[in-house]
Amino acid sequence: MTATLTLPERRIGLFLSVLLALMGLFMAAAARHGVMSLHGFMALGLGLGLVFLIGGSLYDPAPPHRRPDRYYDAPTRFGLTLTLVWAIIGMGVGVWVAALLYWPEATPPWPATSFGRLRPVHTTGIIFGFGGNALIATSFHVLQRTSRARLADSISPWVVVLGYNLFCAWAVTGYLMGSTQSKEYAEAEWYADLWLVVIWVTYFTLYLRTLARRNEPHIYVANWYYLAFILVVAMLHIVNNLALPVRLTTAESFPVWSGVQDAMVQWWYGHNAVAFFLTAGFLGMLYYFLPVRSGRPIWSYRLSIVSFWGITFFYIWVGSHHLHYTALPYWAQTLGMTFSVMLLVPSWASAGNAIATLNGAWHKVRDDATLRFMFVAAVFYGLSTFEGSFLAIRPVNSLSHYTDWTVGHVHSGTLGWVAMIIFGAIYTLVPQLGGKRQMASPRAIEWHFWLAVTGTLIYVIAMWNAGITQGLMWRAYDRNGALSYSFVQSVQAMAPYYLLRTIGGALFLTGAVLCAWNCRATLRGAREGAADRPLVPQPAE
Amino acid sequence: MTAPHHREVDPVTGHDTTGHDWNGIRELNTPFPRLVIWALVLAFLYSVIAWVLLPAWPTGRDYTRGLLGLDQRAEAAEGFRALSGRRQDWLSRFGGADFAALTADKALMATAMPAAARLYADNCAACHGTRGQGGPGFPVLSDGTWLWSGDPDEIATTIRHGINADDPDTRYAEMPAFDWIERPDRIALSRFVADLPGGAADFETPAGGLFTENCATCHGDTGAGGLSVGAPSLTDTATLYGQDPETVMETLRHGRAGLMPAWSGRLSGAEINLLALYVTQLGQGSGGRP
Repeated sequence: MTATLTLPERRIGLFLSVLLALMGLFMAAAARHGVMSLHGFMALGLGLGLVFLIGGSLYDPAPPHRRPDRYYDAPTRFGLTLTLVWAIIGMGVGVWVAALLYWPEATPPWPATSFGRLRPVHTTGIIFGFGGNALIATSFHVLQRTSRARLADSISPWVVVLGYNLFCAWAVTGYLMGSTQSKEYAEAEWYADLWLVVIWVTYFTLYLRTLARRNEPHIYVANWYYLAFILVVAMLHIVNNLALPVRLTTAESFPVWSGVQDAMVQWWYGHNAVAFFLTAGFLGMLYYFLPVRSGRPIWSYRLSIVSFWGITFFYIWVGSHHLHYTALPYWAQTLGMTFSVMLLVPSWASAGNAIATLNGAWHKVRDDATLRFMFVAAVFYGLSTFEGSFLAIRPVNSLSHYTDWTVGHVHSGTLGWVAMIIFGAIYTLVPQLGGKRQMASPRAIEWHFWLAVTGTLIYVIAMWNAGITQGLMWRAYDRNGALSYSFVQSVQAMAPYYLLRTIGGALFLTGAVLCAWNCRATLRGAREGAADRPLVPQPAE
Repeated sequence: MTAPHHREVDPVTGHDTTGHDWNGIRELNTPFPRLVIWALVLAFLYSVIAWVLLPAWPTGRDYTRGLLGLDQRAEAAEGFRALSGRRQDWLSRFGGADFAALTADKALMATAMPAAARLYADNCAACHGTRGQGGPGFPVLSDGTWLWSGDPDEIATTIRHGINADDPDTRYAEMPAFDWIERPDRIALSRFVADLPGGAADFETPAGGLFTENCATCHGDTGAGGLSVGAPSLTDTATLYGQDPETVMETLRHGRAGLMPAWSGRLSGAEINLLALYVTQLGQGSGGRP
């Protein structure tokens, strides 16, 4: 990390690390005890660690290259490592809580290990830890390559990666201690939310500043998607997390929203987290790594642009489909439903554009597991967006809502689409970062691919069955007007599906562990700096 | 947007590219597919139809009501009314509490008992077990032994008002703590109580004396209970918390006051009577015990 920084940059880094340590100390001292104090100590620890790291190498030799001619890949590499660490934490906890649903007696007698606290560790660990780090790391790579410009400065990317991971660590450790503001996918408390705003604004500015320095006349479509991801997530995060802290020295807060408005804001946030965190950003990833890996041009430029605006425009409306048949007014439900149906068109256009791009490269899809990851990702993207629009139709939702069908739908998106495209990107990127021709073990990629596909299919099919079974059992009345099944019977009926889901998840986790090992083996003894094309020299003003 | 000198035809698709190159990535100038336009038009048509028929667009303080005039509250209320109408045909018979007459009506019981089983599973099974098998602190309902009574009337009272519950007519039962008894005496007493079911307990011992002095008021002179104060029989093998010396020691030290919630706010009178009958049959069904 410090070897890639110049002396003035190291000084700035040192200064920021001291600030972070002081902020941590102040938080810990002001809160005195409880979650916020522990989080203060975590920030203090990170700050002090960085002080020692940077201070210890302050006067080491400066980086050798003429740096503006080189891309800055060290933050990408660090971010990818964290991606894999979070993958194993998030998926590991996921498999564990899936097993707890099948063997509830296995719950250990400590509050920190109860299902309710571990479940958000899984969701945050996967969405923000695994997905977020992958997005940040690949966005730095894609941004530089498609702009032919080095990142605007060398400090901000580290602030973004380290600060973002401090947020994730705060969130996850907070849940274990029972600290949550009880908003799904936005459980972290107010000070962590504020911290994320600072980090996110840094990220957005860095992205814009680098784009402004580009040596290409046009902005490639992947950057549009990444930018939409960064900008809209900022908007969603800020609005949904508006809250008044009980005291400035405790973690607890009250949201400013209440009643059905709160529910609507939460699901406007929740569904657009799916749209802009788990879709837009990953479409950016797809639009870069799929053509790079397949060596094929994007099938239709026009389709990619229209899909972009279609997705950004339609998605913002659809959050209310999470609140069908609730206190939310009927008219808002109708709008959510109809926009969800229209959303299918740009979604399928994107999936179709990706698959049509592979025309002329199908032999590569057959032979190259990395490209196959991306192909499967595009297929699952198409499947889960169809499913999403279908489930948003009100009468369909009356069957599927509150059942495991929703869980199956989410995982067909996250396992089949998001994780697959991440693995495809990782297997393309890691050899390049390590200056190698290919991954250390191509066979392990093949194994990973089949483990991931099998695991996803088992998981998703089990949850479809589980959800439809639950939905049908809950709504069944006998001819005498009495419920045909008790709730307990519907729980008992889930046993085989919950076992299958655990097995599917475990297969997927095994694949991710193989991937982490393979990446480590590839990056070990790697040469510094990627071997791809040098930058076009800066044109004279 | 494509300058003519950039013209570069892709051999696979026959389309030319847009002329840009981003780190090796190019894009084809494929015309916008008609299929997508038609799909957009269709999806939009679907939406317009839905907007015309259903409540859809807000108009300041009001919203467009839709030609179908649907209202989700009215729909939900109508659904509940239809279902409860089907239930009232037979459930209303349970409004009166002539349990003997109800039990005698075989056709009625054939209709009602499956519904009662679901009612039990949804409301009672969490504590008393799916088959009435109970658990530590939660009485077994299937063994034919009762704390208060096995009579459906009495069971209905328990369900309606609960035990130690937040209800003015709740049943009240508390085992006080006997922590003031010296520890050696408590040990002797707990061994004595543990020996009661086997008939090995000797009332002529000091421990037997302690029992007569302190316990017999509620549990009866012989420990057989049955005094309608909710004090369990200590002579049968049924237990609530456990009758081994260690558990009895704990009971003596801290006392016990189990809670059964009152269900009158949640279940109708007819449903409570139905459940009372179901629980009565659950106790008889086990056989084995009188």
